[in-house]
Amino acid sequence: MDLSVQLPGLNLKNPIIPASGTFQFGREFAMLYDLSVLGGCCVKSITLEERLGNPLPRIAEAPGGMINAIGLQNRGVDFVREKELPFLESYDTEVIANIAGASIEEYAEVIRRLNGVDVIKAFELNISCPNVSAGGMGLGTNPETAAEVTRVAKAAADKPVYVKLTPNVTDITAIARAVEAAGADGIVVINTVPAMRIDLRTAKPVLGNVTGGMSGPAIKPIAIRAVYQCAQAVNIPIIGCGGITCAEDVLEFLYAGASAVEIGSENLVDPWACPRIIEELPAVLEKYRLGSVKEATGKALPKAQ
Amino acid sequence: MKDTNAIVLSNVRIANDVYKMELRTDIAKEAKPGQFVQITVPGFYLRRPISVSWTQDDVLTLVFKIMGEGTAVLSKLQPGAETSVLGPLGQGFPVTAEKEVVLMGGGVGTPPMLKTAKAYLDAGAKVDVVLGFNTAGDVFYVDEFEQLGITPVVCTMDGSAGVKGTVLDGVKSAGITADYVLACGPLPMLRAISSTYTKGYVSLESRMACGFGVCNGCVMTDKNGMAVRVCKNGPVFPIGKVVL
Repeated sequence: MDLSVQLPGLNLKNPIIPASGTFQFGREFAMLYDLSVLGGCCVKSITLEERLGNPLPRIAEAPGGMINAIGLQNRGVDFVREKELPFLESYDTEVIANIAGASIEEYAEVIRRLNGVDVIKAFELNISCPNVSAGGMGLGTNPETAAEVTRVAKAAADKPVYVKLTPNVTDITAIARAVEAAGADGIVVINTVPAMRIDLRTAKPVLGNVTGGMSGPAIKPIAIRAVYQCAQAVNIPIIGCGGITCAEDVLEFLYAGASAVEIGSENLVDPWACPRIIEELPAVLEKYRLGSVKEATGKALPKAQ
Repeated sequence: MKDTNAIVLSNVRIANDVYKMELRTDIAKEAKPGQFVQITVPGFYLRRPISVSWTQDDVLTLVFKIMGEGTAVLSKLQPGAETSVLGPLGQGFPVTAEKEVVLMGGGVGTPPMLKTAKAYLDAGAKVDVVLGFNTAGDVFYVDEFEQLGITPVVCTMDGSAGVKGTVLDGVKSAGITADYVLACGPLPMLRAISSTYTKGYVSLESRMACGFGVCNGCVMTDKNGMAVRVCKNGPVFPIGKVVL
């Protein structure tokens, strides 16, 4: 079974990529399985300076998933470049560097400091994080700012640039078209859905940040819808993301128009989720009489009928 | 760390909202004092982190308090029920060559101290145990410590059982002089212990998603301003290391 997918900058041996924020920089998972089985991997969001993240609690349960408000905790780009990324050099997997910033210029500066780092095959712009006060989702909910950060990032980057979109907009296709026009090489659809919970005993929000981002199986239908709509709006490849727990879920995203997928929360409840799904995938494709991953992409779209 | 199927052998209420569950799982053979596991709750997405209280061959004993919907469901699991357990997780209590130690447990911070007490007894230490609860109906595990040959000093905030006051009041009342402490309990208790003792370890509790260091959901800050993950770098930390 041909699981391979070729995307700008990314020669994926299979379409499975652990999503940013659920993979750190690979060390913890490398103790559990060979990272070279992964098509690619997307590292934790990188900002210019170190960020300590949001106050605790940062995690809340929600039916069919979870809500997080980590707040882009990371050691800053220079530390990540020197101390974290070299670890991934010994694995045969395509590394995507997820970039975040409080301003458009910060995205460009982080990218400039990561240019020339060979282990990175592509950048992913996080303009969709709901858990930071500046930048993040604020940039991704407006087509003009989304396009502007894409343009600036493309001008700075020596590698292809993917843009990770938020579902928290009235029309995600408008954002998708705007970043495509600004030069994005691909889009990642979707980031978490803004959400919150309240503790009945204290009558206070559960999360220290009050609101957070919902992920897990409950958001999969939202993500499928967003991928399906974006696939009809743009011609650049789409990496689907949102609530995937098994190979059948992967196929649903492929049918909706995704070329590859990112797997997030499931890594947190099943640390072996990615290798398990990679192993399950050929049989699921076979079951639905598909000869390859590529053949499945977009099968549900009107134009393919 | 591994993910194993686990069979519930027993699940009984031992105090107000507190349950003791025995599970058959291979993880029991590997778990060290102060480590924890992530247990799958039927119908819930995230696992629940619960400290290892005791192990005997392939039987793992967990003690938990009903804190929300997930632990409520966990309390209703019947013998024979199957679930999955990820673990053992985190850094437990180091077993050092101290001659004399005092172990303190507050509320549902008590369970991990049982296996820890056994480890220190086996290492030849004199072990004193002080347990703190809010009220008499919350008290549990006195018999379990007695089976190890330790008579725990029980304290309750309302004085309805044992010494009235905190675990530190219990230490004073019992004249315990050990200067090496191992403790698990609520933050105010750990803060008080950290300002009284300089040697030993404290075990922290936190909401978490993964339990193995990748989500950054349980991060606290150490005294140098560095982030530490309760699940991976802890839950047991040297006393004074983490800003509480």
